[in-house]
Amino acid sequence: MLSQETLKRTPLFEEHAALSARIVPFGGWEMPVSYEGIIAEYDQTRKSVSVFDTCHMGEFLIEGDCQKSGLNRIVAHAISDMPLKTCRYGVMLNEKGGVIDDLIVYRLDKEQWMIVVNGATMEKDAHHMVSHLTKAALFKNISSKTGKLDVQGPLSRDVLKSFIPGIERLEYFGFDTFEFLGERNIVSRTGYTGELGFEVYFPWGKTRELWRKVLADKRVKPAGLGARDCLRLEMCYSLYGQELDETISPLEAGLEKFIDFNKDFIGHGALLAEKKKGVPRKIVYFTSETRQSPRHNHKIYLPNGKEIGIVTSGSFSPALQKGIGIGLIRREADITEGKILFGDEKSKIAASPSQRPFYKNGSLKS
Amino acid sequence: MNVPDDLLYTKDHEWIFLDGPTGLVGITDYAQSALGDITFVELPKVGQDAEQGDQLASVESVKAASDIFSPMAGNVIEVNGKLESDPGLINRSCYEKGWIAKIQVADMEEKSNLMNAEDYRKLLESLEEKE
Repeated sequence: MLSQETLKRTPLFEEHAALSARIVPFGGWEMPVSYEGIIAEYDQTRKSVSVFDTCHMGEFLIEGDCQKSGLNRIVAHAISDMPLKTCRYGVMLNEKGGVIDDLIVYRLDKEQWMIVVNGATMEKDAHHMVSHLTKAALFKNISSKTGKLDVQGPLSRDVLKSFIPGIERLEYFGFDTFEFLGERNIVSRTGYTGELGFEVYFPWGKTRELWRKVLADKRVKPAGLGARDCLRLEMCYSLYGQELDETISPLEAGLEKFIDFNKDFIGHGALLAEKKKGVPRKIVYFTSETRQSPRHNHKIYLPNGKEIGIVTSGSFSPALQKGIGIGLIRREADITEGKILFGDEKSKIAASPSQRPFYKNGSLKS
Repeated sequence: MNVPDDLLYTKDHEWIFLDGPTGLVGITDYAQSALGDITFVELPKVGQDAEQGDQLASVESVKAASDIFSPMAGNVIEVNGKLESDPGLINRSCYEKGWIAKIQVADMEEKSNLMNAEDYRKLLESLEEKE
């Protein structure tokens, strides 16, 4: 376990404390899990606008030709055809095809890239990148200098355009640099909630100023990791450490559409062999028949009690007013009957496999 | 934190209100606040027996599940069915509308294992100091 002393703080730690946020350790950071309450913050995001502190996430800058730099081999998704000022979600794999991290690549210029990674894996990711980039690449880890706020919700564009003019032009998974609060910085139309939203990058030391500026708009409230997890789970977005890790193949995690088998990438051979042979597990999205919710590490069973897998994420869904979950089950498990159970030896709860996402009415593309 | 004077408390943050031979059981303001939005309550069955400290019910919040232990031994004579459709009653009214079960108390002597309001307030103060 990490001791209290070694936990890192974002530049907004005092802001969270002043708002009486509940602070928890998360991936080596002290982060706010909730302020007013998870469901209130969830509703705020679905109906208005929330601001999330995501300063813990990692950012790398890479300069160099897509091929010659080695970057194209490091990520498993297609990036050479990315138009400038667009972002693309993908994964970075080890030789065995396990997921080192999921990430978003930003194409800043023809030969300039920004890679945004998870906070908990940032150092491991940087090490992996540096060891596989060629001499033709210039790598800079700007994580400790880069603050980030996620502004998410159907009214997020209206809120931000009041001080970031031009932001209304951004399309889904597009980004640009904008001048605001005396700085020139990247804003992308991306997020993790299923709502219209933006990720705003800002100098670490000035992030507090941006936070206060956003919160000065009465339509905005702060939201924590609890609401964030609930929102992403309703959208069936993977969370690294739960749906994804170095022992889980992206094919098992349902991410095949983010893999470009037509190019060479680290883990290509292992993944292709797996694709031909079939992966041992498959992902399942399911809804509880009651308000009782599945939990991380609950088991999944067939109606006859036979164990077929594990729950990777679970929560109560405010949109559906029942429990929802994601799990990994054995490939050969036949769930076409439409009924499974989740729980433990002591108690098992009935559930039904479901299509993704659980939440379909988001403002994501509005 | 609201800690009514007329209740007895456990170190696990349950309360019991004794009315003659019966006791009404619920969770404290501290517990409901720590759990956050309660989304599901698994109620005991009427007729079920519990020893002091046995699991009586469980409550789930958005992100966690917690067991509720019986403050005293007894037989469950009534449960709060309203919690099935509106578990948030516990958040809104943990000492009144959000009660969980009524038990027929088996042994009044067990009262001595519980805290009065003053002692429970001291426990909460010591927990706050740790934070």
